[in-house]
Amino acid sequence: MGSYRMDVLVCGGTGCQASNSIDVIETMSKEIKAAGLEKEINLVTTGCFGFCEQGPIVKIQPDNVFYVKVTPESAAVIVKEHFVKGRVVKELLYEEPKTRKKLEEQSDMPFYKKQERIALRNCGLIDPENINEYIAVDGYQALGKALSEMTPEQVIDEVKRSGLRGRGGGGFPTGTKWELTRMSKADRRFIICNADEGDPGAFMDRSILEGDPHSVLEAMAIAGYAIGADSGYIYIRAEYPLAINRLKIAVKQAYDMGLLGKNILGTDFSFDIHLKYGAGAFVCGEETALINSIEGGRGEPTVKPPFPAEVGLWKMPTNINNVETFANVCPILLRGADWFASIGTEKSKGTKVFALAGKVNNVGLVEVPMGTTLREIIFDLGGGIKNNRKFKAVQTGGPSGGCITEENLNIPIDYDSLTEIGSMMGSGGMIVMDEDDCMVNIAKFYLEFTVDEACGRCTACRVGNKRLHEILTKITEGKGTEEDLERLKDLSQIIKDSSLCGLGQTAPNPVLSTMKYFWHEYLAHVNDKYCPAGVCKALLKYHIIPEKCKGCTLCTKVCPKGIISGKLKEAHVINKEECIACGACEQVCKFGAITRM
Amino acid sequence: MGEYKVDAEKLKKLGDFIEGLEYAEGELINILREAQEMFGYLPMDVQLFIARKLGIPAAKVYGVATFYSYFTMTPRGKHVISVCLGTACFVKGADRIVEEFRKQLNIKEGTISEDGMYTLDSIRCVGACGLAPVVIVDGKVHGRVKPEDVAAIIRGINEDESGEQMLVKQNVQ
Ligand SMILES: Cc1cc2nc3c(=O)[nH]c(=O)nc-3n(C[C@H](O)[C@H](O)[C@H](O)COP(=O)(O)O)c2cc1C
Ligand code: FES
Repeated sequence: MGSYRMDVLVCGGTGCQASNSIDVIETMSKEIKAAGLEKEINLVTTGCFGFCEQGPIVKIQPDNVFYVKVTPESAAVIVKEHFVKGRVVKELLYEEPKTRKKLEEQSDMPFYKKQERIALRNCGLIDPENINEYIAVDGYQALGKALSEMTPEQVIDEVKRSGLRGRGGGGFPTGTKWELTRMSKADRRFIICNADEGDPGAFMDRSILEGDPHSVLEAMAIAGYAIGADSGYIYIRAEYPLAINRLKIAVKQAYDMGLLGKNILGTDFSFDIHLKYGAGAFVCGEETALINSIEGGRGEPTVKPPFPAEVGLWKMPTNINNVETFANVCPILLRGADWFASIGTEKSKGTKVFALAGKVNNVGLVEVPMGTTLREIIFDLGGGIKNNRKFKAVQTGGPSGGCITEENLNIPIDYDSLTEIGSMMGSGGMIVMDEDDCMVNIAKFYLEFTVDEACGRCTACRVGNKRLHEILTKITEGKGTEEDLERLKDLSQIIKDSSLCGLGQTAPNPVLSTMKYFWHEYLAHVNDKYCPAGVCKALLKYHIIPEKCKGCTLCTKVCPKGIISGKLKEAHVINKEECIACGACEQVCKFGAITRM
Repeated sequence: MGEYKVDAEKLKKLGDFIEGLEYAEGELINILREAQEMFGYLPMDVQLFIARKLGIPAAKVYGVATFYSYFTMTPRGKHVISVCLGTACFVKGADRIVEEFRKQLNIKEGTISEDGMYTLDSIRCVGACGLAPVVIVDGKVHGRVKPEDVAAIIRGINEDESGEQMLVKQNVQ
């Protein structure tokens, strides 16, 4: 950008900042000055590259070199070697784990190879705090095009034909929603951007707002033009201070340049954007609750219909879209609906960003065409399971979703295929689990979350989910019975059928889906009082550490089941299958040779 | 409830803030955020003050304040340690980190240490899932925390603390 010989892009996203990227930037800046290169080298703090696992990340353009895990010390080396002498610092390149080859270019890395970046197009490429960089990559051109060349109806039509569906979880066709809001008769209409990102384990909305805030502002203005709204609200969670800060800067810059506010680009279209902060309530991600929260009240959902498109904020028709949904809008207007519709599957067009987390090697954000298989995402892009453990399941859809096992890894994923196998797209969080995770415990974790987050309005959800959680706790403590499993099933169905909002209606999903795929694990907990993954503490079995056992035979005498065997002065063994975990042996052992595991 | 005095100067500042707002009633959450920032928590008196200032029932203010987990009605420790209990952090063993902090800070019940120095609470995902498990200490994100790291984190807080005191001393001189 400009007359610099080299652009140095350093990630300043939440992930890399936590890995010290601010110090990396400071050191680099100092060293560049010390080398007298400040006129030649353009140091840019960008948003998230997605490859958080390998952060902090530094990318050099036009050399197309991608350094990983850069420390302040190695930043100094990059300046001295690469910038001054033109030599690539091999040690700091990414090493492909299978071939152990050092890879220079981003596009060669398996993590990036299958990605197609639309929503994340500018993340890691531009300085999110500088509107000029956004403009340099065609920023605000889509808005210009809409205002000068298209009628609101044409904008809506383009979005409709693109096949874009809401990325916030429901998958509702975006263009249709815009049209419905436009058709509702009213004096005023509103646009809301849902940046509440409640699914714990999903962080794509945060990355987009941190790395490319203008793309969302621009799309909101376009939506405002299309549906006839004069203001918009961004509802963002308080846990994202960096994103809030970048948004504030972006809004101010857009106003200063006349891209927001009165008479945008000299037309008679005016549009304001306000920021509203969440205060830590998951249910506020649900659209009607969110509206109540913006109005200053308790974020409790209300019954639909009426939908926000008819009666929304301050009782006016309101169009709510998710951050990632908005991030797709400008490319659709600039490159055309046909281009967008050519990507993806028959009913789910375009790409989807997934947040890969949990027990996978390459934790981070990936954007892939709809229809990519889970196997490709987890094993190709994600690099497989950490520490060579065995894959067990992947949870999609967060606390509303379900787990997917090995047998379904080859299904091309889109909204409909995920629902078919008992999970859902949700916001795109993907938590990978390995053999060391206990699925009963995972179900209990999600229920704890929903019980914590339920707003308390309807009984089915407030009391029902609490009961589910109690039963699950009982099972993980080894006090469950087979009747409890039946009760789990029945109660889950009742809660699903009678809850007021999506939170309650989907809360039992993690229970039902883990029961479906891991029934044997539930049975082991209730019948054998055994946790196969070795997680549930109360169900751990005793084990003798051979190196410590002196063979004194004392334990064999106290074991009520008589299942410890071994000869005098030789290491003993406990028959784990039959151990009832009474602890008698541990108490008498004088050598500390008996532990639970 | 005489033990906490509400600082009159802060209250005045809060009053000014409220008066500066356009649609004050719709801004209740923002007002509570501001108040919590000023006072560190939301004492009953402050909630009453806000209710009267806005001319709405105190029950409404209380209802909103209790609904959102961001708001707290008990004083917080000088240092706030938040352990992320989002899914990504959970599957990477965040519960063990909480246990370790509890043990080392000697917090048995509730969230605050006996000397009032530390608040230990949990949050749900700060979006740094790539670095799970994540702990936030006074706003700074620590990633890939292991139970063995807990002692060092606490030491870090205490060192900052003594550094701060040195600065204060120097300023006094
Ligand atoms: C309990 C619950 C939580 C939700 N949380 C979010 C969220 O955090 N972010 C989001 O964009 N949508 C969330 N949604 C979906 C919204 O209600 C709404 O459908 C969405 O914001 C619409 O935008 P879209 O059409 O662009 O997806 C949630 C829904 C429910 C029922
Ligand atoms: S789950 Fe802990 S940061 Fe996301």
